[in-house]
Amino acid sequence: LQLDFWLAPRGLGQPVDVRVPFPSLQPLKAHLEANGISYSIMIEDVQSLVDDEQREMLRGRRGLPLSTNTFDYATYHSLDEIYAFMDLLVAENPNLVSKLEIGRSTENRPLYVLKFSKGGTKRPAIWIDTGIHSREWVTQASGVWFAKKIVQDHENDEGLASVLDKMDIFLEIVTNPDGFAFTQTQNRMWRKTRSRNSGSPCIGVDPNRNWDAGFGGSGASGNPCSETYHGPYANSEPEVKAIVDFVKNHGNIKAFISIHSYSQLLLYPYGYTRIPVPDQRELHEISGKAVAALSSLYGTNYKYGSIITTIYQASGGTIDWTYNQGIKYSFTFELRDTGHYGFLLPAKQIIPTAKETWLALKVIMLHALEHPY
Amino acid sequence: DIDDVGHKYYLELVLEDVLDKDSTVNCTAEVLYHLGNKNIAPDVQFTLEGELKNTEEADNIFYSRIKSLEKELVAENIPDSHGNVPPEMEPVRLLAWVASGYVIWQNSTENTKFQLAQIKRVKQVKRSDEYLEFDYTILLHEMVSQEIIPWQMTVLWHPQHGVQVTQDSRQPKHASQ
Repeated sequence: LQLDFWLAPRGLGQPVDVRVPFPSLQPLKAHLEANGISYSIMIEDVQSLVDDEQREMLRGRRGLPLSTNTFDYATYHSLDEIYAFMDLLVAENPNLVSKLEIGRSTENRPLYVLKFSKGGTKRPAIWIDTGIHSREWVTQASGVWFAKKIVQDHENDEGLASVLDKMDIFLEIVTNPDGFAFTQTQNRMWRKTRSRNSGSPCIGVDPNRNWDAGFGGSGASGNPCSETYHGPYANSEPEVKAIVDFVKNHGNIKAFISIHSYSQLLLYPYGYTRIPVPDQRELHEISGKAVAALSSLYGTNYKYGSIITTIYQASGGTIDWTYNQGIKYSFTFELRDTGHYGFLLPAKQIIPTAKETWLALKVIMLHALEHPY
Repeated sequence: DIDDVGHKYYLELVLEDVLDKDSTVNCTAEVLYHLGNKNIAPDVQFTLEGELKNTEEADNIFYSRIKSLEKELVAENIPDSHGNVPPEMEPVRLLAWVASGYVIWQNSTENTKFQLAQIKRVKQVKRSDEYLEFDYTILLHEMVSQEIIPWQMTVLWHPQHGVQVTQDSRQPKHASQ
């Protein structure tokens, strides 16, 4: 019978495990039944398990997960891994998720946005971006987690389902891919883009000072060697221009959330001036609720307020521009922590950070849904 | 505002033990930023309302371990890119954190907010006396300018005599950075 004992006979009353070659199945079953020996099937088909394992191992050696269910959300990934994740997610959920290329970076890397939509045409939309500052690794990692979360919950979570019934969600996970690649290979602390600056040996523009809102004013630097260099002119950076073009062409974005780390803050405009935005009161109220939701999970403490009063003066910032475009619900997050690990947040904090942040994002999204304008 | 002198801040704060979140001590402090000359560190006075935990045992374990090393300790990138710190490096990291607090204090103004971002390199320096000496190159993150500033500091430590920064200097940034 060519029986292969995985747990050999040890004595009366002790179980025995045996792998049975296909042709011997019937004869063995007949034999056991004829002798009143009870049996159960532990593994239906050993070969298929072996095949799965082989595939897994091959993928593992190439660093590619089999599916978004085997993807490790609790670790930091490379650009290639994140781009592969996006393709997997789309392939697994073609009716909900699509991938858009909105432009190319300075070094010609594609700029990808995931679109989550249950249908319609140019529905009012929510935009979320992570990783605009490349060293803020917990943000790209959280973006990956958000993408999976939307797919997992889009039917069973009442709030998210109601949002997606009427609105689309756009998610740009790696908003600054050149910078991100640079943090992996050369300098973990790189923040800016990787564009050349004429007349200077220093590289890169701060993509969060490059927007056309108070551009070039106080709160940004004119020195290419500075981490807050605003660039030669507004939207000089293709990474920024791509989003500007997208937002203008779409024309129906109702909430815009740009995610950074670290400091544990939820911020609304303005950063370039002390003049409060007309919607200050409403934005402040939403922020309070969002922060309360975030804290409810693990007790993480966030402060909130306008950029200029809460963190510092910053000109040419993303959400100042989006707000001035008429996107009322414009917010910026600064995720964990408050400086103990800073940019080098331990990977085991990725999922808790993403989970708590998601609760705050849902508050904002639901508010946008329930207060159309 | 204190005319002709500077700006004084009165603070009430809570100190939390990094290793034991439930262990807290209240503290009050007065910080005076001097007008004009930005090269003088702010004056700091503080009062602890309670006692700091006794760390003698852990200090002695760390001290003995380093003293008994065959070769001087050398390490880089603590934490690493993924935020990992090997367990045996944790006291080395905490020591850098304390020492960087001194460097930060000496270089702070009302317009700076420094954090220790990373230890780029640490090298133990052999000594004939009972002190441990470490030569650190750290990266400080300054929040307002967003700059990452390399800084060298020489740190002395002894379980009974505490931490001293005997030398420190700002380092130039590399061209590629």
